[in-house]
Amino acid sequence: MKHETIAKPVVEIERLSVALPDGADRPYAVDRVSFRIAPGQLLCVVGESGSGKSMSANALMGLLPEGVRVSNGRILLDGTDLLTQSEDALHDIRGRRVAMIFQEPMTALNPLMKVSAQIEEVFEAHGLLTPAERRAKALSLLEEVGLPDPPRAAASFPFQLSGGQRQRVMIAMALALEPQVLIADEPTTALDVTTQAQILRLIARLQRDRNMAVMFITHDFGVVAEIADYVAVMQLGRVVEEGTVEQVLFNPQHDYTRKLIAAIPKMQAGMRAPVTSAPILTVEGLTKTYRQGGGLFSRPREVHAVQDVSFSLAKGETLGIVGESGSGKSSVGRCLVRLQDPDGGRVLLDGQDMATLRGEELRRVRRRMQMIFQDPYGSLNPRERVGRIIASGPIAYGEDPAKAMAEAADLLEMVGLKRDAAHRFPHEFSGGQRQRIGIARALALKPGIIIADEAVSALDVSIQAQVLDLLQSLKRDLGLSLIFITHDLRVAAQICDRVMVMQKGRVVELGSGAEIFDAPRHPYTRSLIDAIPGRAHEARMI
Amino acid sequence: MMEFWNRFRQNRGAVVGLLILLLIVVLAAAAPLLYPKSPWSMVQRPFLAPFAMDAFPLGTDPMGRDVASAVAHGARVSLLVGLVSTVVSMLIGVPIGAIAGYFGGRIDDALMRFTELFQTVPSFALAVVLVAIFQPSLYSIVIAIALVSWPPVARLLRSEVMALRSREFVEAAILSGQRARTIILRQILPNTLSAIIVMASMMVAAAILIESSLSFLGLGDPNVMSWGYVIGAGRTVIRQAWWVSFFPGLAILLTVLALNLIGEGLNDAMNPRLKRRGK
Amino acid sequence: MAKFILARLMKAALILVCIAILNFLLIQAAPGDPAQVMAGEAGETDAVFLQQLRERFGLDQPLYVQLGRYLGTILQFDLGYSYRQQVPVADLIFERLPATLLLSLSAFVISLGLGTLAGVLASARQGRWQDSVISTIALIFYATPLFWLALMAVLLFSVQLGWLPAFGYETVGADHTGLRRMEDIAAHLVLPAMTLGLFFMAVYARMTRASMLEVSRLDFVKTAQAKGLRPALIQRRHVLRNALLPVVTLAGLQAGQLVGGAVLIETVFAWPGIGRLMFDALTQRDYNLLLGVFLVSAAMVLLFNLITDILYRLVDPRIRVTA
Repeated sequence: MKHETIAKPVVEIERLSVALPDGADRPYAVDRVSFRIAPGQLLCVVGESGSGKSMSANALMGLLPEGVRVSNGRILLDGTDLLTQSEDALHDIRGRRVAMIFQEPMTALNPLMKVSAQIEEVFEAHGLLTPAERRAKALSLLEEVGLPDPPRAAASFPFQLSGGQRQRVMIAMALALEPQVLIADEPTTALDVTTQAQILRLIARLQRDRNMAVMFITHDFGVVAEIADYVAVMQLGRVVEEGTVEQVLFNPQHDYTRKLIAAIPKMQAGMRAPVTSAPILTVEGLTKTYRQGGGLFSRPREVHAVQDVSFSLAKGETLGIVGESGSGKSSVGRCLVRLQDPDGGRVLLDGQDMATLRGEELRRVRRRMQMIFQDPYGSLNPRERVGRIIASGPIAYGEDPAKAMAEAADLLEMVGLKRDAAHRFPHEFSGGQRQRIGIARALALKPGIIIADEAVSALDVSIQAQVLDLLQSLKRDLGLSLIFITHDLRVAAQICDRVMVMQKGRVVELGSGAEIFDAPRHPYTRSLIDAIPGRAHEARMI
Repeated sequence: MMEFWNRFRQNRGAVVGLLILLLIVVLAAAAPLLYPKSPWSMVQRPFLAPFAMDAFPLGTDPMGRDVASAVAHGARVSLLVGLVSTVVSMLIGVPIGAIAGYFGGRIDDALMRFTELFQTVPSFALAVVLVAIFQPSLYSIVIAIALVSWPPVARLLRSEVMALRSREFVEAAILSGQRARTIILRQILPNTLSAIIVMASMMVAAAILIESSLSFLGLGDPNVMSWGYVIGAGRTVIRQAWWVSFFPGLAILLTVLALNLIGEGLNDAMNPRLKRRGK
Repeated sequence: MAKFILARLMKAALILVCIAILNFLLIQAAPGDPAQVMAGEAGETDAVFLQQLRERFGLDQPLYVQLGRYLGTILQFDLGYSYRQQVPVADLIFERLPATLLLSLSAFVISLGLGTLAGVLASARQGRWQDSVISTIALIFYATPLFWLALMAVLLFSVQLGWLPAFGYETVGADHTGLRRMEDIAAHLVLPAMTLGLFFMAVYARMTRASMLEVSRLDFVKTAQAKGLRPALIQRRHVLRNALLPVVTLAGLQAGQLVGGAVLIETVFAWPGIGRLMFDALTQRDYNLLLGVFLVSAAMVLLFNLITDILYRLVDPRIRVTA
């Protein structure tokens, strides 16, 4: 936590309103919002999707999407109202006095230009330095943002860098002209937790060194606790609460803020009694290797996605599989249900090896293991009615269609939706409701095991809590076993009996929730837990 | 459906296209009533200029045949050939693309090599060779056009199906025990429908262009009057009688233009997110 | 890169063999017996001559032997004999090839150059009158039958205005030499190349416009704006280069159609290329010649595809490095 600075604010936003085009779900994306940021200060704007937090950032940058415009208010930069400036003047300001980094490092860089050229371009845009100086400066910037081997990074194309490295390049680019203000729009959301921790540290350090004012957009209160000086909480286009981190996080006044903070899964594994029932599923030495490319003259590249993974799942148990992207956690789930064919190992479901079954036999056994998917928008066929989506499983196994449809309606009630939802199409539902439909579909075949692959990752935190509650109560009532695949250690800590930590295709640690989170033995597990933003401040959040 | 029509209606070009096409369809349907005589029969002196006689507003050709009658009867052939050959190429391209995209791997490799072979062969030249070897007739023309136009359909279907194949709702369908045939027919193909319809409207247009080009080269069905044939017949007398070639060509242009406009309108209406701004 | 070119060459050769087999099957499939096809249907039908042909080409042998023989002769650039014109088919084709290459390459340059330019212009002025004009013109040319456009061009520029020659490769009997001859050929080239180019120009203009608009919605364009780059520079450096990738792919695919278009254009303008040769073969039912032209044009298209593939690799670093 840094000390409050009492310097004159560099950015002052006064009663800013941003109007949405006709036909949008509400007239204003941003509604009479005010805030100010002083040099050296970091303001976090927090909110769920659709709260208008990104729109305020875009308005400040003068880069609103087509059809969206500022309808009222002032945006002062050092006392000058940006909204009255000519487009030419704005070009000078962008990049030089106000810089911005974005959420998606994968798409934010031009795929056809080398990294160095994209940084040099910033100087070129503002007519600064000679080409040789620009090159040198680009190199030193890459070094400053902590890229290993800067000369090599400079000569690379974006696709040759990882997500974290690309985000560093973006930051280097933003810092090139030493701007007074940095706008960061969810800059770590697409990154793994350890990378996120590094990038957060980097931003904090640069902000301190350069005395920048930073506007940091995020949905994650953990991140807020980690880096913010000031916080503004937004809901449906309005700022509902603002203040210092102390005030907002540890002593929230507004109901919405309290609700959001309460919904954050806590990093404490409850003292659960170990599940001692007999294993329903045993996995031995599971292996999966992907081969990419390879043609007439080239050898295929091999990626060992899953290497010699073994574990068992007891009846009624929830097993968490956690890891960062590329750890192989999703591949394990997909190999279990045979959406992918494993290269080796055994998957014993009640003693029968599922890994080698084919055709009809596989079909018969597979109904006992069902899956809940990540993307609430991609996991339901947009052209099928909800009832049919749920019933097609039983129908495929020969159930009478009328009976299957009736059962589908029962299931919809069970997951907290109305029976008549069966007659509607998926696009009529919200993300959380769709995820409930996905759960109903998984239950329709009365499976013994459910695999949830990042099933709540795409949901806002308040919805996430509701869906997790639903899953837990269903599991209890129906006596299900659950494999819960997630990158989010908080979520895993909250609902898992045992947790398996994976890294680069291998299991690094497997133990009870308490063992993993309170006394991790493997250094990688420890680094994962340490990287969780806001962990140090968690106890003080209600 | 209503919603769809409202979106389609917003595209002024598409509505104009639809009107033009309707007009041509009516002309084609009414041709036997308007011009009951065979369009091949000599009705007046040769080289009659357009608007010289009220009964023959578009004049006559070097053999004294009525150009207006030829244009009306030619519409039947153009629309028929365009429609049927598009259906046939869909029947070839859709299954090949869908199977390649869904099953992937070696099946995909084999089918795509096959498709690629057809795509690298210069398509119009192949159509010419096919029709010439198998003798010009409506059948050989339709088959030839279909044989040279299916590869883009297969490629489109393949990429659409591949994209859908990895979508979670298809994986969910696999897990719920549905068989490949059910999944392709119920889960995947309905989601490719809008792409197929848009492509089909553009393909009818392309097929009409190919048909007219073939008959222009003298590869039309000798028993039916077609636009391309009339233009070909007028080619050598272009200096004396411009109208013989002019009017049928205008008819082709309008038909193809109308179909393309409709295709764009359908595209905008079916993919509202991609709707072009402005206008 | 050498590896890649080698692999692509092998693939092209394989495709060419497939096309040759297709060609062979077409000769077999033609109505009447192949000897008659070879002799030209309407022509020599006397039995002795047909028998000679059968023996000479082994037409009484089993099919696979014939196929082997056929492929063997093609390898030696022997495409058979045109009994109609009493000349080897290969000689006829290679004599006409330069005229077709001149025509199609000119048309290609015109269409790609002007087409992308028009597309860029239209996208830059999206929704304004310049866009409407360009888009409408492109839409119309996209719907115009090539051969009709050619006829109308002759009517206007040769018959009415008398600006340009209506047909041929050069003025017959003028016997120009050197620069004069080149000028003469150029004057004859304008109309055919323009009409052939116009259709594809419309294709490229539409494609470029759509591609530019799509790319300008991508994230990295916003990054460029945030850097403070001027819009013109963003368009040129960031949008255009990315937008041209699909255009290059299209250019490769279009090569095949260009050859088809050449048949029609050369017919209208009596341009002495292989397209016109194909038309002559059609009217004379000279199937040997017809299939020979077909095979050579397929080979031309393959070569062109190869060039665009290499070009694409040079433009797109992702493919250059990973593949």
